[in-house]
Amino acid sequence: MITARKVLGALALTTAAALTAACGASDTGAEGAKATDVKLRMTVWTSNEDQLKLFNAIGDAYRADHPEVSSITFESLPFADYNTTLTTQIAGGNAPDLAWMGDLSKDLIASDALVGLTDKLKATEGWQYDDLVDSATKEFSRDGKLYAYPFSNSPFALYVNTDLLAKAGQKIDPKTLTWDQVAAAGAAVHSKTGKAGFVIRDFDYKSWNTLATVWTGFGGSAWSADGKTCTFDSPEMQRAFTFLHDAAFKTSAMPGPGTKADFFAGDAAFTIAQVSRASLLTGSFKFGLYPLPAGPSGKHAVLGQAGVGVLAASKHPDQATDFVAYLTNPANAAKLAQFFPPPRKSLLTGAKLAENNKKLSAAQLQEVVVDQLPNAVTLPNHTSPAEIAQKGKTALDALWKSDADIPAVLKSVCTAIQPILAK
Amino acid sequence: MATLTTTPDSDRAPVEARSVPDPSFWTTRRRDVLTGYLFVAPQLAGVLVFVLIPVGLAIWYSLNKWNVFTGKQVFVGADHYAALASDPQLPSVLLATVVFSGGVVVLNITLGLLIAVLLNRQFRGATFFRTLFFSPVVVSVVAWTLVWGFLLQDNGGINGLLHAIGVDGPNWLQHGDTAMLSVIVSQVVRSVGVNMVLFLAALQGVPSELYEAARIDGAGSRSIFARITLPLISPTVLLTAIITVVGALQSFAQIAVLTGGGPELSTTVLVYYVFQQAFEFNDIGYGSTLALMLLSFVMVLTLLQWQLRRKWVFHEQ
Repeated sequence: MITARKVLGALALTTAAALTAACGASDTGAEGAKATDVKLRMTVWTSNEDQLKLFNAIGDAYRADHPEVSSITFESLPFADYNTTLTTQIAGGNAPDLAWMGDLSKDLIASDALVGLTDKLKATEGWQYDDLVDSATKEFSRDGKLYAYPFSNSPFALYVNTDLLAKAGQKIDPKTLTWDQVAAAGAAVHSKTGKAGFVIRDFDYKSWNTLATVWTGFGGSAWSADGKTCTFDSPEMQRAFTFLHDAAFKTSAMPGPGTKADFFAGDAAFTIAQVSRASLLTGSFKFGLYPLPAGPSGKHAVLGQAGVGVLAASKHPDQATDFVAYLTNPANAAKLAQFFPPPRKSLLTGAKLAENNKKLSAAQLQEVVVDQLPNAVTLPNHTSPAEIAQKGKTALDALWKSDADIPAVLKSVCTAIQPILAK
Repeated sequence: MATLTTTPDSDRAPVEARSVPDPSFWTTRRRDVLTGYLFVAPQLAGVLVFVLIPVGLAIWYSLNKWNVFTGKQVFVGADHYAALASDPQLPSVLLATVVFSGGVVVLNITLGLLIAVLLNRQFRGATFFRTLFFSPVVVSVVAWTLVWGFLLQDNGGINGLLHAIGVDGPNWLQHGDTAMLSVIVSQVVRSVGVNMVLFLAALQGVPSELYEAARIDGAGSRSIFARITLPLISPTVLLTAIITVVGALQSFAQIAVLTGGGPELSTTVLVYYVFQQAFEFNDIGYGSTLALMLLSFVMVLTLLQWQLRRKWVFHEQ
């Protein structure tokens, strides 16, 4: 009996303690809503210590002027699961106040899940809204209102392993370089050295949106400008995919499915990758960096972007918006530019970008970043990006066989993704 | 007896307890009931929090269209259940699920039993081989699958070995048939050790007198295995069958890491499809509907195996 009473007593005490704790938590929550104890959290996909150090330094400087903000946390999430984790946090009622975003931005903007930034940024003294490059803000805007600041604007470029080209007796002229010449030189390198020809980095026969770096030069696009109609089965796309198919299965200019080749480890003659990937160069071979080769429709530029926005579900949207304005002001944008090509005209010169870049020269940065940005198109981006990517990939898998019926496969891609585009 | 007279509430005999009004609320019966509940409470709490409430929520989500970005939910009734019938990918997903689960179950149980029979003998190195076959079980499934991913590349280790003996290996993960075979074999090699251990324990529980008697009666090895060993270990066969079927239907990491469900939909099994719909496409409602369908499959299969035990499980009551 005594034992039972003790147990019951313990239970009652535990319940009382839990209730007290709950009430305490509730009280804390009420205090948390006060402007004196604002805690901001921003999700990022980088785990680079230098980048996080810079963000923390900017956060500390902001807090020094804003004592009401007790902490600013930069939460590093793995890149591969970033969208899933961020979405789960939002769905679970644990949305961050601010977040980096890539292809999820369209969904977030369409769902009114982001706070509009334009008014705040324009009203902030010295922010210089007109300094932003139009091509950089397009993907993060709706009806003329900016919903995320495009802090990173990294064009895709052609990296060349000049040692491998020399070994295979190949010469290229970057000024007049075409995709056909890249394929021919790549095939020659493969046959003479056994190394890969050209590699579309991160494609791996899965992430087909990276192929926009090729099909844009052929005049192709994944869907119409309004995003409503699939154009995968257009003649331009057929020509682009025939080029890629031949490179993979006829000339071996590109490694076939299931074959790994890392340009930065010296395994390939060419790679298409963002300029920011230059950090992977180790100096183990001589390299060249040039704008994307010209296709049948001429020269073209393609851009990979990342933005930072404020979640509407944030507990402190005004404070978070104020922090974005501070984080991206001209002075801090200049600091961020050492890692991320900025969207500000005033910072976009080869010389300025080269100040903090140890791998690339001012001339290279001018040619592959500054000169490309104004006319660059972004990688295909649409609402429901994961569903489009998966259904497109499932249909495109049939293309990566030696006897593929290219027009039929491209038509099947449209059959698969058109219902999502039309939503 | 002194206890009965001096301590009124220590009524060990139920009759006496009923006949003598207990001044205390805590009768022995009540204490026993409370003790029983306290013992099962942690398990019940676990089932409630991690099973019953999530299942209840999944049912609720399946009846709603949920915009995960805004948190808005709209009640859509049975729309998601109706969508199952018109989902063009679902037949391929179900076929992949049946092929994968069937392949894993048959291969895992057969191989597990074969290895157990071979290792259920006294010979030098038996312990080493038992450890060897069991060791993949303790390896992280993601690490295991990543290694298999490298081995199965077109220019990977397996094709390198095949090339060394003059065989031109296929591009394992790029063709539907070989991709499915690859994920099945990867899964079986990793998990066969569990079944092997269970079968070994069962085999060592078979009385040796039965084997001796059978041999005296002139029974051969096959006959002994079919008529003595298999019936006597049939409860373990049932157990491994249930565990392996449920495990196969829940296999996710191998698919996610090795093939991502491809090529095309050849390795997109139901549990991976649930993940895609709910967490990649953010369609929590339809994903929950698919999850409930998967749950019903697991329940029906387990129930079926449990019912069939009367027919083929030896010495089952």
